[in-house]
Amino acid sequence: MAENNRAVVKLKERFADALLEYKEHRGEVTVTVKKESILEVLKYLRDDLRYNFLSDVTAVDYLGQEPRFMVVYHLLSIPNKDRVRVKAPVTEADCSIDSATALWNSANWLEREAYDLFGINFKNHPNLVRILMTDDWVGHPLRKDYPLQGPDREPYKGRLS
Amino acid sequence: MGVNQPLGDNIITTSLDSLVNWARKSSIWPMTFGLACCAIEMMATGAAKHDLDRFGIIFRASPRQSDCIIIAGTVTKKMLPVIKTVYEQMPEPKWVVAMGACACSGGIFDTYSVVQGIDEALPVDVYIPGCPPRPEALLYGLMKLQDKIANERNSFGSSIGLGERLEPAA
Repeated sequence: MAENNRAVVKLKERFADALLEYKEHRGEVTVTVKKESILEVLKYLRDDLRYNFLSDVTAVDYLGQEPRFMVVYHLLSIPNKDRVRVKAPVTEADCSIDSATALWNSANWLEREAYDLFGINFKNHPNLVRILMTDDWVGHPLRKDYPLQGPDREPYKGRLS
Repeated sequence: MGVNQPLGDNIITTSLDSLVNWARKSSIWPMTFGLACCAIEMMATGAAKHDLDRFGIIFRASPRQSDCIIIAGTVTKKMLPVIKTVYEQMPEPKWVVAMGACACSGGIFDTYSVVQGIDEALPVDVYIPGCPPRPEALLYGLMKLQDKIANERNSFGSSIGLGERLEPAA
């Protein structure tokens, strides 16, 4: 159970007011924290709980819900052979979160990808420009309200649209 | 000695079109340029079993030495400027082969990031269906391109200022 997970226990002690939710599903522990304290939580997980490897940073668009976006960090503890997933909700109105590049250099390109495809601004990122789409691209294609076939085409309405 | 004068003192008459087209169609040098899985089939076509060399088709590593570009794979919008640049670097005359469903029409990738057919940007001479086309299909497409080249009229003459180039009937 998630309550017995070492990382969850420590985070509950230390970040009681920032911890929004924690759960375990099929052996994967997920903690949701407020975005204002994401850097403190990540730094604590890295330095004190030895989750020393940031394997992914990405985002999810829950269109229609509030807050709309969820930024997801996947951490791996190489010494403890353990993983944890950290999520932070981000609203559409204030679509920004602190950059994790201060903690892991590997966050650089991962955050650029999340910025490119979801339009999430990572504050204090050293080079927040598009990484996959062309530099002059308008919009963020992995947002749920982005038209699948591009803004300049008629949307698909069935066979041979 | 031997083949010093294989034709003796004879004269062979032919038309300029026949000679030029024969030379062009017998030495189509495609650009070494692959984009996706079709490029694997293109390599297989160039390799020993199917052997494009026997048609005089030799892949060149420079657009400056190429007559033909085989668009072998999915063309993304990010890749399109690169393909256009390579195409513009090729000297005239030049031909374009759209190989596979993606190059012909976008294929299964009916999405924002993919060009829906390379004919939106380049003048395509031969479309080859398939996903990916087998080497036999690419060979057949290139033989169709040879036929097309063989039917060109006054392409050489017009390039040195002698008359108009006549488009062959499709």
